[in-house]
Amino acid sequence: MGKAFAVVLVIITVISTAVFIFHGQLLWLPEDISAHGHGIDHQLMETMAGSGFLFVLSQVLLGIFVWQSSDRSESRKIKTFPGGAKPMVVTAIVLVGLEILALSFVGSKVWAGIYLTPPDPGSMHIDLQAGQFAFYFRYAGADGKFGGLHPDKIDEGNGNFFGLDPANDVAARDDITSASLVIPVNRPIYLTMHSKDVIHSFYVRELRIQQDIVPGLLIPLHFTATKTGRYEIVCTQLCGLGHHNMRAYLEVMPEDQFDQWLKAKEAEQ
Amino acid sequence: MDNTLAKPAAHQHAPPEGFLRKYVFSVDHKVIGLQYYGLALVAVVIGMVLSWLMRVHLGWSTFPIPGLGKLSAAGAPDNIMTPEYYLSLMTMHGTIMVFFVLTNAPFSGFGNYFLPIQVGAADMAFPRMNMMSFWVTLVAFLVLMAAFFVPDGPPLSGWTAYAPLSAVGKDAGPGQALGQSLWGISIAIFCVGQLLGSLNFIATTLDLRTKGMSLARLPFSTWAWFITSVIGLLAFAVLLPACILLVLDRVAGTSFFIPSGLVISDRLQPHAGGSPLLWQHLFWFFGHPEVYIAILPAIGIVSHILPAFMRKPLLGPRVLVGCMAAIAFLSYMVWGHHMFVSGMNPFSALLFSVPTLVITIPATVAVLLWIGSVYGAKLRFTSASLFCLGFISVFISGGISGFFLAQPSIDTYLHATYFVVAHFHFVMGVAAIFAIFAGTYFWMPKMVGRMMNETLGKIHFWLTFVGVYCIFMPMHYLGLAGNVRRYSAFTDDFLVPLIPVHQFITIAALITGAAQFIFIFNLIWSRFRGPKAPDNPWQATSLEWSTSSPPPFDNFGGKQLVVHHEAYEYGVAGSAGDYVMQTSPEVVKAQ
Repeated sequence: MGKAFAVVLVIITVISTAVFIFHGQLLWLPEDISAHGHGIDHQLMETMAGSGFLFVLSQVLLGIFVWQSSDRSESRKIKTFPGGAKPMVVTAIVLVGLEILALSFVGSKVWAGIYLTPPDPGSMHIDLQAGQFAFYFRYAGADGKFGGLHPDKIDEGNGNFFGLDPANDVAARDDITSASLVIPVNRPIYLTMHSKDVIHSFYVRELRIQQDIVPGLLIPLHFTATKTGRYEIVCTQLCGLGHHNMRAYLEVMPEDQFDQWLKAKEAEQ
Repeated sequence: MDNTLAKPAAHQHAPPEGFLRKYVFSVDHKVIGLQYYGLALVAVVIGMVLSWLMRVHLGWSTFPIPGLGKLSAAGAPDNIMTPEYYLSLMTMHGTIMVFFVLTNAPFSGFGNYFLPIQVGAADMAFPRMNMMSFWVTLVAFLVLMAAFFVPDGPPLSGWTAYAPLSAVGKDAGPGQALGQSLWGISIAIFCVGQLLGSLNFIATTLDLRTKGMSLARLPFSTWAWFITSVIGLLAFAVLLPACILLVLDRVAGTSFFIPSGLVISDRLQPHAGGSPLLWQHLFWFFGHPEVYIAILPAIGIVSHILPAFMRKPLLGPRVLVGCMAAIAFLSYMVWGHHMFVSGMNPFSALLFSVPTLVITIPATVAVLLWIGSVYGAKLRFTSASLFCLGFISVFISGGISGFFLAQPSIDTYLHATYFVVAHFHFVMGVAAIFAIFAGTYFWMPKMVGRMMNETLGKIHFWLTFVGVYCIFMPMHYLGLAGNVRRYSAFTDDFLVPLIPVHQFITIAALITGAAQFIFIFNLIWSRFRGPKAPDNPWQATSLEWSTSSPPPFDNFGGKQLVVHHEAYEYGVAGSAGDYVMQTSPEVVKAQ
């Protein structure tokens, strides 16, 4: 029985590990289209290597010891691990201690590089409003200013998703609203996010970004997309019955194409 | 013999008379322990069936499930699950499993039955309060179950019930009406039961130990229940007021968790001034310790059972207790790692990340102590010991993924994906369930006086062990591919190619789930038809094996036990064989 346990354990370990590595895309990750994402991916690889090693080592060691201990012949004497508990404590502290030191040191830098740095002053500012069950994006228009938000004026039937008041608010008159997040490639984007009802989350796998949008808070985020293409933005915070259908598209365009799109959108308003 | 120092093994209550007093409204900790275990068994069957329904839906979202329409005509028209009903079932699954299974069985169930016996007491310190804690818990369960049958259906905001979705009432959608209020009330009641139970555990461990039972001689399981009750006392004391505030937001018009200016279902909400993040802080201040409320008793149970089958003590027993205490202590400093992407100050993410990673040190020490203890043992392979070994394996698998999620920079990608689902199911769900199985195969002979069937037990083990890996390992791959959780169907372009993986998981879940009925059959069949259990079927050392199977109402037949040894004197030359019981006055000689 012990030998069977050891064999099954090793088979599980080998298959589990192999599927991580030998899948078409390494570690199943989608392509990274962000300027900051390589830091995250690198951190993920490092963690995978370190913890993968610990995973295989500990499972295999357990398997070997169980295999040996299934020998219940009279001649074999029960033995204690050489040195007792001390080598276990030392190994755990040294091995895991070093691992977590390295991970927190490098990882904190990656995190700080994304979330604790101010946005590029030349960033393009886009405003996002999330609501059950759609995202809306707003561009400031020619004046470079966003109109104020008035929740009481939200009227989805008439396309006033943000609750703008163009009659009394000059800045709101040229705001451009879009159901897709359209951005120029390689241009830093500064996104301010807010929710009109419950918590939603902004998740783009290829951007390696996930950020909750909490009602009552204005949440800033900045990034640069480095590849053109169309990617899905999905909500990852349970927001109600239509949660799984709450999605929008991120369209990353060459600069000139983006300018055309923005002009056309402006003319539409 | 000088007995003056010992607490008298006085009967705290007279022998019960009549069916009701004996088996229903009993103050006997053993009956209460079995009641908790029975409640957990009912809950786990419901929770598992819910997970089947969800899994079928995730693999084949338009597949009609026969009879589902009868359970909820609105939730499953033509027997096909609607998205909101999926979310409701998911919410109920999580709530039932976390509270009424993972907290009830390893902690309240086994703890109630065995903590007083393992310390040599005749009962809990406060038997009446003990009875009350079970009945309060039962009421909490019934209130939660009632949510299935209210007009708008069960709540759909997840077991975490994030505000404002959970706080604004029926405007937020079906299931957010009375069902969500019942959820809040149920959990608040549950907290009361746990607070009473924790107090009892602490008082019993500290005050009712028999003569010679020093703290160092307590079995690991008792240590684990004791430490868990300290955590429980602090954690449930935070969740209780949080739930009350949530219910007040819903029914009394307060705004603890609701900010101003919310427009839901085209209606400006009449609330102002609250904070959705406050709910998350309160919830996770309870929620993270809750993980350890589930897993520490499991660690204690496995550490208690393994030596009996290895025929030698664990390495570093004091180190292991230290690890449990360290994990408990650190559990209060890490709640923010559930909130890396919540919109709280990103600087605090770094502060929460470090203690989270540090928890891996005591956890790794514990794992290495188990593995190192297996070295050189002569293992007896029983259903109980197999589940202990399986526990070690799944605890490693679940713990390892914690390395990823503890780092905010990686969590920002993996948060709310199936990677997280895999992580907590392995480390909290499966690991704790394995310990419950190990505990059941090990202790059931003592609890009901009958041996369980070992062949069925081993078949159950193999199907379950391979099954859980088939279910939860692929979820890591899904998470890495960006498969988000809490989705009722995978309609997004990038998720569609991942559906075959979900179908594989669903098939594995149905088979593994079906295998659990072998266990339930074994449990019921053995209860009535199993061979009679001797007092000490495993040649084990702790006090529960010094009394009859099952023990009399006062545990030791009025005898005052005197403890002479630490809890795990295995692999020694004793008069009974290779072990010396805690109650044996003989001197221990190395073999």
